Amino acid sequence: MTDATPTFERSPDLPPPASTVGVVGWLRQNLFSTWYNTLLTILALWIVWEAVPPVISWAFLTADWAGTSRDDCTSGGACWVFIKEWFGQFIYGRYPIEERWRINFGSIILIVCAATLFFPRFPYKLWVSLFLIFVYPIVAFFLFSGDAFGLEWVETPLWGGLFLTLVIAIVGCVFALPIGIVLALGRRSDMPAVRAVCVAFIELWRGVPLITVLFMASVMFPLFVPEGLTFDKLLRALIGIMLFQAAYLAEVIRGGLQAIPRGQYEGAQALGLSYWKMMILIILPQALKLVIPGIVNSFIALLKDTTLVLIIGLFDFLGMIQAAGTNPDWLGFAVEGYVFAAFVFWVLCFGISRYSLHLERKLHTGH
Amino acid sequence: MAVSSEVGTPPARASFWNDPRIRAIIFQILILGGIILFGIYIVNNTLVNMESRGISSGFDFMGRTAGFDIGMTLIPYDEASSYGRAFFVSLLNTLLVSAIGIFFATILGFIVGIARLSNNWLVSKLAEVYIEIIRNIPLLLQIFFWYFAVLRALPSPRQSFELADTFFLNLRGLFVPKPIFEAGFSAILISFLIGLVAVVFIARWAKRRREATGQQFHTVYVSIGILVGLPFLAGLVTGFPLSWDYPALKGFNFQGGMTLIPELVALTIALSVYTASFIAEVVRSGIQAVSHGQTEAAGSLGLRPGPTLRLVIIPQALRVIIPPLTNQYLNLTKNSSLAAAIAYPDLVLVFAGTALMQTGQAVEIIAITMAVYLTISLVISAIMNWYNKKMALVER
Repeated sequence: MTDATPTFERSPDLPPPASTVGVVGWLRQNLFSTWYNTLLTILALWIVWEAVPPVISWAFLTADWAGTSRDDCTSGGACWVFIKEWFGQFIYGRYPIEERWRINFGSIILIVCAATLFFPRFPYKLWVSLFLIFVYPIVAFFLFSGDAFGLEWVETPLWGGLFLTLVIAIVGCVFALPIGIVLALGRRSDMPAVRAVCVAFIELWRGVPLITVLFMASVMFPLFVPEGLTFDKLLRALIGIMLFQAAYLAEVIRGGLQAIPRGQYEGAQALGLSYWKMMILIILPQALKLVIPGIVNSFIALLKDTTLVLIIGLFDFLGMIQAAGTNPDWLGFAVEGYVFAAFVFWVLCFGISRYSLHLERKLHTGH
Repeated sequence: MAVSSEVGTPPARASFWNDPRIRAIIFQILILGGIILFGIYIVNNTLVNMESRGISSGFDFMGRTAGFDIGMTLIPYDEASSYGRAFFVSLLNTLLVSAIGIFFATILGFIVGIARLSNNWLVSKLAEVYIEIIRNIPLLLQIFFWYFAVLRALPSPRQSFELADTFFLNLRGLFVPKPIFEAGFSAILISFLIGLVAVVFIARWAKRRREATGQQFHTVYVSIGILVGLPFLAGLVTGFPLSWDYPALKGFNFQGGMTLIPELVALTIALSVYTASFIAEVVRSGIQAVSHGQTEAAGSLGLRPGPTLRLVIIPQALRVIIPPLTNQYLNLTKNSSLAAAIAYPDLVLVFAGTALMQTGQAVEIIAITMAVYLTISLVISAIMNWYNKKMALVER
């Protein structure tokens, strides 16, 4: 009986061919799968070979790091001494050296406060936010410009460098947000006059380049105010950038408002909420949450666009680098300056955009 | 009938102040009134300020002699020309750099966007590195880099880079051959136009026949044949009345040919490279938006990869790609105003810069400049909306 049923032994699986697994398999599949893929791979390798070694050699291997003047740059590579010597000016502009602690102090307050908001379990988030929105701008204004509390007055033409770039970008975006919200609500309003005004405003600012807005801010704003009243160049540029940014933010926020299902509006109305209560309590919290990535992206765009203020004569980060490059003692180091500026902007923008992607995933609660 | 007394009394009419319609009207009147008052205030201030500073108003200045020279002109212009002419010269320069920029940005953007989706790991990563580096660096910085760091470092005319003895690149710019149209060239142009009309009719006929009988017609090959063949025939008959004026080194600089000034070259490179990184992302997301099921369905219908791409994937991807692509074209046109930073004689530099400085008529000149950009934006978006409507999904 026992011998009658033959047992079939399952022979062990053979390993896959060596050419389809491991490094070789990966290479075959991803780089050399067809003849034209092989050709592309060789072409790409050639591009990398032509581009990467010279750049590394220029920026690191043959670069000069130590020294205090251009005479120390002898090895033929990048002259990072130039960046080192001008670093303070690139960051603070022409802000008096003995007053620079004020910028550091203000930045530290901002960074510490903002950092607490990134901890999900921090208990006093509401208070920190209120402080940042309502108190901090006043503190920062007096801290940076002075002329109060025994601080020496530093006029805005002395502001510059990365400090000025960040001031313009942050102030431009933060103050543009409420204007943008109002414009977005106006554009979706039932009242034809309000809608027409908002559409005209948004399309006007979105249709023109930022540089014409800055030109307008610098030559036309002084004509708009009563005689005798003057306001400084930075403020004019800030107002121009704010209006420009508000139009872009309005379109971003409108996208969020459109994404809220009609039932939310109807539900709020059925509860007897007034228009503003409906917006503030029901619609805007949901809509703004949806468009946070969009707002962050438009902040990145603004951060890059702040470089344009150098055309109307403000010395922002790029403006300081451009000025340092034309300094007679340091002629011929434009490339180092641009590479440094590109690196700083790239780190800022790339970092923020990655954070925005992270936020998008985190806030995506799904429907 | 006791019921009726209970239902009877209608609710008291909402008071005048609580009627939403009346409130809306009052609110709008208040807003419009506020805006008008603000406008009057600003206009009044401006007039007072202009009078006290001795600035004249009106558009008379457009007819006056400009008195400055412009580095690059597409239409005849000299110092005795009017501000109006300077305006057109600079506007043409803006449109020129935008058109060239859009052309190259589209080509480069599509190549990088498709490379980003390549199966080849290395090619895909290279495209990703390109996109992530370029689009996170301010455009103005890139323009400065190309202009001050790259083009200023080029050799003098004597040591210029050359390509086949016809293209020369040096400190003074890019020198290219210039076409010279001799008598009879119009025959070639006219035959090309006739070919174009013929192609349109053939395409329509082929489409009608295909829908009626199902027979395919190789419209593409026939069209290329007509478009190339007709002008070629006309050229044979007239003896090719087109010659090229090659640039040649004479003394310290090149004579003859066409000169593209370094500002134009730097601006074109920077605008194309920068915008291409955004177009690449647009193209990538457009192609990814067409679900894989479409490819599989086309395959199961028996379509080969070529027709699948041409008839199934591209038409659907274009529908997603076109609106953001238009946006990028608009951005490029607006970004061309950064030309002012490297002194390329565009609208902003010549008109909103030099002309404004000389006449002092800030309000008129800024208004004209903004109106020009606004018009370009509105025209491009109108054309693209029309095209978009044509391409849009036809729901059956």
